[in-house]
Amino acid sequence: MSFSVVNILGTMPEIYLTFFGCILLILETMIPKEKRSWLAYFSIIALVFAMVASIGLNGKGLPLYSGLYIIDPFSNFFKITIYLAAILTILFSLPYLDQEDIHLGEYYAFILFSVVGMMVMVSAGDLITLFLGIELMSLCFYVLVGLKRDDNRSVEASFKYFLLGSFTAAIFLFGISFLYGAAGTETISGLAGFISNPGALKPLVVVGMILTLVGFTFKISAVPFHMWTPDVYEGAPTVVTGFMATAGKIAAFAVFLRVFWVAFSGNRHDWDLLIILISILSMAAGNLIAIMQTNIKRMLAYSSISHAGYALMALLLPNRESLFALLFYIFTYMFMTVGAFGVILMMRRKGVEGEEISDFVGLSKQHPIAAIVMLIFMFSLAGIPPFGGFLAKFYVFFAVVHAGYTWLAVVGIIFAAIGAYYYLKVVMAMYMKEPDGNVVFHSSMMGRIALALTAGTTVILGVYPAPFVDYIKSSLALFIP
Amino acid sequence: MTFLSIPILTFLILFPVLGALLLLPFMKVQGSEKTVRLLTLGLTLVEFLVSLSLLLGMHAGSYRMQFTEDHAWIPFANIHYSLGVDGMSIVLIIMTTLLLPMCVLTSWKGISTRVPEFMMTLLVLEGLMVGVFEATDFVLFYVFWEAMLIPMYLIIGVWGGPNRLYATMKFFLYTLAGSLLLLVVIISLYFVGGHTFNIVDLMGQHYSKTFQEFAFLGFFVAFAVKVPMFPFHTWLPDAHVEAPTAGSVILASVMLKMGAYGFLRFSLPMFPQASHFFTGLIFGLSIAGIVWGALMALAQEDMKKLIAYSSVSHMGFVTLGIFVFNSQGLEGALLQMINHGVTTGALFLCVGVLYDRTHSRLLSDYGGMAKAMPIFSTMLVIFSLSSLGLPGLNSFVGEFLVLLGTFRTHMALGVMASTGIVLAAIYMLYLLSRVVWGVYTPKKWALPDLNRYEWASLLPLLILVVWIGVQPNPLLSLLHASVSHLIGQVQGGVPLASIR
Repeated sequence: MSFSVVNILGTMPEIYLTFFGCILLILETMIPKEKRSWLAYFSIIALVFAMVASIGLNGKGLPLYSGLYIIDPFSNFFKITIYLAAILTILFSLPYLDQEDIHLGEYYAFILFSVVGMMVMVSAGDLITLFLGIELMSLCFYVLVGLKRDDNRSVEASFKYFLLGSFTAAIFLFGISFLYGAAGTETISGLAGFISNPGALKPLVVVGMILTLVGFTFKISAVPFHMWTPDVYEGAPTVVTGFMATAGKIAAFAVFLRVFWVAFSGNRHDWDLLIILISILSMAAGNLIAIMQTNIKRMLAYSSISHAGYALMALLLPNRESLFALLFYIFTYMFMTVGAFGVILMMRRKGVEGEEISDFVGLSKQHPIAAIVMLIFMFSLAGIPPFGGFLAKFYVFFAVVHAGYTWLAVVGIIFAAIGAYYYLKVVMAMYMKEPDGNVVFHSSMMGRIALALTAGTTVILGVYPAPFVDYIKSSLALFIP
Repeated sequence: MTFLSIPILTFLILFPVLGALLLLPFMKVQGSEKTVRLLTLGLTLVEFLVSLSLLLGMHAGSYRMQFTEDHAWIPFANIHYSLGVDGMSIVLIIMTTLLLPMCVLTSWKGISTRVPEFMMTLLVLEGLMVGVFEATDFVLFYVFWEAMLIPMYLIIGVWGGPNRLYATMKFFLYTLAGSLLLLVVIISLYFVGGHTFNIVDLMGQHYSKTFQEFAFLGFFVAFAVKVPMFPFHTWLPDAHVEAPTAGSVILASVMLKMGAYGFLRFSLPMFPQASHFFTGLIFGLSIAGIVWGALMALAQEDMKKLIAYSSVSHMGFVTLGIFVFNSQGLEGALLQMINHGVTTGALFLCVGVLYDRTHSRLLSDYGGMAKAMPIFSTMLVIFSLSSLGLPGLNSFVGEFLVLLGTFRTHMALGVMASTGIVLAAIYMLYLLSRVVWGVYTPKKWALPDLNRYEWASLLPLLILVVWIGVQPNPLLSLLHASVSHLIGQVQGGVPLASIR
């Protein structure tokens, strides 16, 4: 292994963010409590810095550290999406953390470190590096979920997530060991070479593959490893929920895609039925259970399970349409989900967070703009044009039909129709029911900027997506599945 | 043709939507209702006048898409922003833009809460509906088709009657479930039909019989829900009853037409073989709709429900006329679409007039209106007579042509469909006898005759009713070219032996 300058330069964004995270930890002890918001500005600057560095590295398909680490347009796309999610999260967190009395300096450092974890995941060229990334991200999440130390739900969520998370990490690692045992290598390209050769040790590879699949489905919260999602999403502070539901899942999807499309492309027929099954079950369970929820955070948790199901459909066949559909889906999903959680965390009712759907009753009368923004997110999540969510679903179905699975598209569409119901319930509460109390919508300047960005992008993605489409297309260029 | 240097079709879509943005600042201003109403009325009138210029600029003798625009919209999957109209869509667009000012007028007194929001929703809805009739790219069409549901959902749900939540949810989910299958078929068409979403290009392809049948059924569900055809009609009475008057008018006059427009524009030319294959199904459901709708209308106490069920019956004629595949039937169906739009729209406006005064739609609350509101009663009588197909008024022409077309090919069907006209006479005269005639018992509400807004909303429709009834040829001449081209497309797809 060589530590040449190229390697250092290629991982500059990761190095920046780690460095800034450490600085944040030091700064936190020096800055008085009232000025904690400076830390937020500082971390946004750090993220922008890293983003510029990543964009500068774009277009160079480099395997670094002898192939352990890959910098290509594909990973850069995911990194930039993750930076955006983190920046939006920090914009949303400013007044919220104070209101919930959890404004700790470490919060920002943990966000940055978890972003580093995700970057490592996205760029991982080998399964051990990948595992390190997943663990770095997960450790930060365990802490962030339990940030509300006085709240039983938050602590319970953190503990539950930690237990289940470490359990699946072990299973995942076990899977890697099987793969290593079979192939004698744990780099993704090495695995691909081994598996595509017909004499490969089949049973060992399949067992390893299924065990890694468990790890991935847990991280993207697809059925049957979705059980943690509602509890954790409900218990975690809402900013963290929004961050986990987007950035965490995006990174998991990126590695899922890379491992299954590159490493396991040779034994596609061992896993395509599994993916179809998981996808259908996720859409079914997510959409059907979400109908019964009264807590909006739990509802969005189930909705995120169903969205994982839709995105998974695009993982089926290795063609350009599928890859594009998945990337577009993830990109759109990020904006609408972060935005929806942003609206939720600004709602206040009797001093506490407005988490119930009934808390939204009458929002449109007192805060029409907030209601319109939430309406955009809800319709977009339901996949109704002219919002981004529609095009995202359109491309997924497009790819699925192209791959010859028209029946799967029909199944997905039936669940999309069912799923529309619970999103409409929120709109109904906001617009069509008479308010019985006062709704307080507590927004700050930063929060409003973030809402405008997310809602605006959601609309633009549906109405004039050409620039985004071109960008996403350019990031497919070097990733040949 | 351009308007203010914007291509006219784009202008017709964008103008109302941007006009809605213009109203945005009024949301915060107290007491601005009057300004908002006037402004909206002005905007919709301008839109109507501009849409009339389509008539002036069109080549009536050509079946081709006119005023076309084409820009690449979404680079991946070759999706275009392409617009174009032919005689068929021009007529429907003008009907839409004509009815919108009426909707604003009827909401003048009818809508008193959240007026700016209501007018904005109405304007956005107008832009999207016009878009549905203009789109010549399938994805663009689908975007308009679905997006239209959002403002309609809000109109019923926010400004509707007591049971509005149930009604609006049912409306939304029903139509959404129907149209999602349409999406799958559109995507399959892309791959089967040469990697394009352009409607005109897709029409030129030949599809295998199996594909045609599946695709036809996918389209059928979407359009049959919208029309609505017999077993899919249950959302309509609920939605009509709960919607505010303007919502009912738009639903009845424009939205229901979109289903029939879908059959005409897509199902017939693209899947001629399947269209022939499934005529039995369509005929059965149409006849069932005609008779069932009429019988249900007979049993209603609620005026809006009565008219809603009569819509099911009238729209049965439309689908019947479309699938007899001859020029009388098709032109009759198109004319019936327009007539139904005008007449039923007017009837809903009339119910709105009564409802604004009494807040009741029950037949039992009325009687002797001829005494209390003579001018209104005259209008109601004329529109009701039009609805039951009195010769000399508009609906007669359409229904007559449909029946003529049906008798030419299927005698028995024609006989069965004719019962619909008889039943229509029974339920409309029943409505009249309960509301207009009878003894006038003064109740606690005041019943002044039509005010100027109501005059303004009903009079143009009255003129149209008479004018189409007496002189339908100018209207028919706009449709000739498209209809004969359509017949060519449908009959070209099957061996001659199977055409009777």
